[in-house]
Formats: sequence, C-alpha cells, structure tokens
Amino acid sequence: MNDYKELAPVLEKYGKISGSLITILQKAQDIYGYLSKETIEHIAKETGIKAAKVYGVVTFYAQFRENPIGKYLIMMCKGTACHVNGADFIEEAVTEHLNIKDGETTEDGIFTLNNVACLGCCSLAPVMMIKCSEGDETYGNLTKDTTKEILDEIKSRG
Amino acid sequence: MKVIIGQGSCGIATGAKKTAAEFEKQIKAKNLNIEVGITGCVGTCFLEPIVDIYDDENHLTRYVKVHPEDVTEIVDNHLVAGIENDTHCICQEDANVITKQKRLVLRNCGLIDPEDIQEYVDLGGYKATEQVLTTMTQDEVIEVIKVSGLRGRGGAGFPTWFKWNAAKSSPGTEKYMVCNADEGDPGAFMDRSIIEGDPHALLEGMIIAGFAIGASEGIIYCRAEYPLAIHRLEVAMDQARERGYLGKNLFGTEFDFDIRIKAGAGAFVCGEETALIASLEGERGMPRLKPPFPASKGYYQNPTNINNVETFANVPWIIANGGEAFGSMGTEKSKGTKLFALAGKIKKGGLIEVPMGMTLKEIIYDIGGGIKNDREFKAVQMGGPSGGCIPASLIDTPVDYENIGKIGAIVGSGGMVVMDETTCMVDMARYFLDFTRKESCGKCNYCRIGTKRMLEILERITKGEGKEGDIELLEELAEKIKDGSMCGLGQTAPNPVLTTIKYFRNEYEDHIYNHTCTAKSCKDLFQFIITDNCTGCTVCARKCPVDAISGLRKEKHLIDQEACIKCGKCEEVCKFDAIIRK
Repeated sequence: MNDYKELAPVLEKYGKISGSLITILQKAQDIYGYLSKETIEHIAKETGIKAAKVYGVVTFYAQFRENPIGKYLIMMCKGTACHVNGADFIEEAVTEHLNIKDGETTEDGIFTLNNVACLGCCSLAPVMMIKCSEGDETYGNLTKDTTKEILDEIKSRG
Repeated sequence: MKVIIGQGSCGIATGAKKTAAEFEKQIKAKNLNIEVGITGCVGTCFLEPIVDIYDDENHLTRYVKVHPEDVTEIVDNHLVAGIENDTHCICQEDANVITKQKRLVLRNCGLIDPEDIQEYVDLGGYKATEQVLTTMTQDEVIEVIKVSGLRGRGGAGFPTWFKWNAAKSSPGTEKYMVCNADEGDPGAFMDRSIIEGDPHALLEGMIIAGFAIGASEGIIYCRAEYPLAIHRLEVAMDQARERGYLGKNLFGTEFDFDIRIKAGAGAFVCGEETALIASLEGERGMPRLKPPFPASKGYYQNPTNINNVETFANVPWIIANGGEAFGSMGTEKSKGTKLFALAGKIKKGGLIEVPMGMTLKEIIYDIGGGIKNDREFKAVQMGGPSGGCIPASLIDTPVDYENIGKIGAIVGSGGMVVMDETTCMVDMARYFLDFTRKESCGKCNYCRIGTKRMLEILERITKGEGKEGDIELLEELAEKIKDGSMCGLGQTAPNPVLTTIKYFRNEYEDHIYNHTCTAKSCKDLFQFIITDNCTGCTVCARKCPVDAISGLRKEKHLIDQEACIKCGKCEEVCKFDAIIRK
C-alpha cells in the first residue's frame, strides 16, 4: 500500500487550482514512473474529481502510461522525416535485438520501447531518444547496426 | 576571443555537449583566457556540431562537424597559434545555405546565447516592448500589425490583427494571451528551434500582443517532448522578471503582464484552438463548435487569443521596423517570411527562413542542395497530416498560402518533407492516415470511424490486396469525412490521400491491378534478387537472419523467396550492388 507521501506536496500545491489535473498527473508519473489504478483513485479522491474523468484524461493523452516502464525508455521517433528515412527498420532492429514491441518492456526491466509521433530532430532522421533517471540522450542518423551498438552500450552500463 | 557552440536539440543530439566539454577542458589545460559559450539552433542541422570562433574584432570563423577528437587541432591552430584550421572550416557552398535566406524571425538564432537576456537586449531586445507600452495605444499596435499583413503561422493563415482586434473588442476584464507551442506535426521543428534559440522574441511578442488585447496573463502551451525548449523558456522568463519585463508595472506603466508555461501531454488535436483551451483547463483535449470563438469565450469563458510561436516571434521585428517594412516582403496576400523545417531525402536539411513566394525549386535545390545521393526528386510533403504531397511537376510553384492551397496542400506550420523515387506515395498516405486515426479525439463519427476505414483500405492496397473500386471508395470517404467533421483535424485528414490520388493515381493503380510498388518500398510487393554482380563473397549469406541465402564461395548466390523476411540486411551489407529489389 502506497502512502503517496511524495505526491502530497504536489496535491497541496495544485489540488485546489482548477485546471491542474494534467499537471498533477504529469508530476505523479514523474514520481512513480506510471499511473496505476490506485494512483488514479488517490488523485481523484484528493482533488474531488471523479475517478472516471481522471481515467478519461489519462487515456486521452499519449504521454500517460498505465504500466511500469523499464530503467531506460526508448522513444522511437515515427515522424514523417524518420518514416521516409527508414524508421520502421530501426524499430525492427530494436524488436529483433531486445525482443520487445511498441509499448513492451524487456523481461529484465531494462528497456521499454515506445513509438512517439515526432521528436523534432527531423534533419537527423531516423532518430530515437533514450530517457532514464539521469536525463535524455538523443541519437540521430541511425542504422540498424548503430542502433544495436547503442543498446548494447547502454545495457553494459547496467 | 570566444568559442560558441550551437546547442539546440539537433546539435546536442550530434554530440555538441561533448565537443563543448572538450573545448573547455583543453582551454583550461592550456591556461587560455577564452570564453566558451552556447547558442541555439544555427539552422544548418546537417553540419552539426557547429563551432563558431569570434576573434576580438568579432570576426567569425565557423567550423562544422566538430567532434571531440577534432578539438585538439582547432585549439592548437586557431586558439593558440592564431591561424585558421585547414579542416572542418565551413565551405562556401554550405555557408550560402544561410546567406540565401531572409532571416527575420531567426535573426538571433545561432547568434546569441539563449540563456542570457543581456545578449538579446544588446541586439535591441525589448525595445519594441518599451516603445509599445510607453508610446502606443492598443489600437495603434493592432493597426501596425494590420498594415504588416501578418497572418497566423500555425497553419491556417488567419490575419493576426483580426484576431487581436476581436479579443480586444470582446467585453470582459479578464483576458488571456495563449501561445500554441504544441508543435504536433510530425516533420516540423520550427517552434522548437525558435524557443531554443531565441526565447525572448516569443516572450516579447506575447507581451506586446497581451497589451494589444488587454490581457494580463499569458500561457505558453508547450509540448512535453521538448524538455530543452521548456527549460530555456523558464530561464528566459526568470531573467525577464528580474529586469521588470514581466510582472507588475512593466516599463513604469500601469500594464501588468506575466507568463506561465503549461506542458502539453501529447495530443495532436490540441492544435485546434478549442481543444487546446480544454486541455489548458485540465480536460481531455476535445474541440467544441465555433462560434463562440475563443476571442469572446475562451479559457474559462474569458476572451482569449491564441497564436503560434512563429507568429509571436515576428511581432517585435514588425513593431521595431514598421508594418510597411514587413509588408514589403513576400507576395500580395502572403506577407513577410516563413520558416520551414526542411527534412526527408534532402542533402542539406535544417531550419530555413525565406520570403513568402519563393518557389519550391529554389528552396529544395538552391538552399537545400537537392536530393540525397542525387536521386530523382519525386514529391514534397507540406503541412503534415493536414497537408498534401506536391509532385515534381509543380516544383515551380511559389510558396505562399494561396498558391500552395490551390494545388491541394497547405503551407501549414512549415514542415517540408522531401521524397525521392524510393518513397511510395500510397505508403505515405497510409502513414498519415495511421497518424490521424490515432490522433482523432473520437468526437465526430466520420473522423473517428472514417479514418479507420480509410486506413484499412490503404493497408490492404500496400499489401497487394487492393480491389477494383478502392480508389473511388477512398475518394468518397474522403469527401464525407471532410463534410462530417467539426474541427480542422477531421476536415483535413483526407488531404494526404486526396493529393496522392490526384497526382500519383498510377501508383495506386499499380498496387491494386499489377501488384507492384513502383518505389519498391512496400514489402509485400517486391522481392530481393541477386544479380550477376555477385562475386560469391558470402557476406549476405552469413548476415541473413533466417538463412534464406545459399550459394558456394566465389559463386553467385540465391535467395529463397519463401524463407526471405525482406529485412533488407543483405542489401545493406552487399559491397557489389548485387542485390536489387524487383
């Protein structure tokens, strides 16, 4: 049972300001990595917004996740420029190498693969961003081989 | 002397931070008294990481593609010995990419440190705001914008002054100035680059606009996928507050104005004004019927004006130089300049700014350097999922709202994705429909279900399972979705399909009737074949993940078509161009 201690100051600050639901959910996801059913219910209770409505917002926006993610989040850009420059092949390389598809996490809990609409680094297409607690790193001009090398290098960090 | 390293998202992605760290390390080790600074997006993304060295007379030497291992020679030659380094110097042809542009919005991008307000002020920053607040009336500001002919840069091209005037004239004491920085178009990065490179231009534009309509609060709705842009905005806003450019009694006047950032959560439909407002209010981002327009009933039912980042960034320049100066650039109905994100199969991709009315040919060939690997230019996609594909035959079209609209595409926010002969146009249509189907908010049946049906048809066609009548069915659905959708997303969703059918109908027919993909891009419609060029080096056979290639050493190999999964590995590793798509 989670006591939601880390979330308390967020709810304290934003709970009573109308229109802050998305901000609260973003901060909750930053803290817990994802939004579980319990977290959603807790936020609903504390803000007085109906749980169904909170859930509606969570499922509407691409940013919110209902399942835990791995230590490293691979954000695979599927923007137009990346698509034209072979993003599907890069996604295939990740799938082959780590045995995960879009939205899945590796069994060892290290990587999660998420396709995203566009990272805005179109001149370096195809691109992926890898996020972890230490920050984000963007990798451009990918090929199948460099993608695998990057993943191996990250895996070796543990 | 100072060393400035371009650190927009693109620069950082190519390793600019590592290059900067190496410069700092070596400068420190050699005890040189040289400052290492940052700047935003220079625009020539294909040359990143870019290092600018200014001598004491402010003369610039630009080095490109500088990675950590290249730093030593530049430090030894340029910084220590004072002679220009032979390698990595930008060549004239690449330097021309910038000189051929008309940089008005981007005037400071790649020049100033975006995290230091003083550099912006030194170049005349906040002078326009001061002028507006201390010497002009609301109507005078709106009049200048009217004279300039500025139109919304977010896509629709609506006259900016008209929106401002409507919001100003609406009754109410609480008004809001909202900036749409939720750049959701895949293939577009203009707004990100402006914010990362020159955040104060946006803030200034918002303050001036806020004054014009009588708002005291501004909200920037920014994509959560742009962490660096949000960071730079926060830094810029803090520095502006310290100097009294944001907050109470700006420039000693009665006018109060402050800005806050609201991070979006990822929904393309929030580009629609009423959906964006719903999202600001913490709701699902679903549009509602207009009227009432946001100018009368917007954020919490208060008069609200929404403009795009680029629109705001134009404003300080227009105030400082006058509406006539802006109006003298561009075409009759499309004034000023426009930013484009040039990407796809182009040699010199990046962020460019050109006067309205420049032709596609000039943009793609003179500035963009032509097509990668000198392949044949096939089409350019403009306007993202709401836009269309423009074929090579229309390459002389001038780029402005009217001319691009006439041929079925839109200027949009400025994404320009170039395609060559290896891009399948049916697949492009499928790609965009897949996008809009996912992003449809679900409110209107035609958009929610219609895009799904169109996608299913397109998926069948790209798999070689198209049927007679599919093209006509797509056209019929397209018209109904346009008519039956409430907001811009649904109304424009069929455009990528309609333009590809209009200009590349033969490709659809090839897929449906001949089961071939002209571009050799749809996996189910071509085979990998080994030609007589094969030397029997065995590399492909060893690399094939499914052991589909057989053959003896020094003899021509063969691909087992039943086993082949078309991963393309053999084509990638073959050094003799012996593997072709047929």
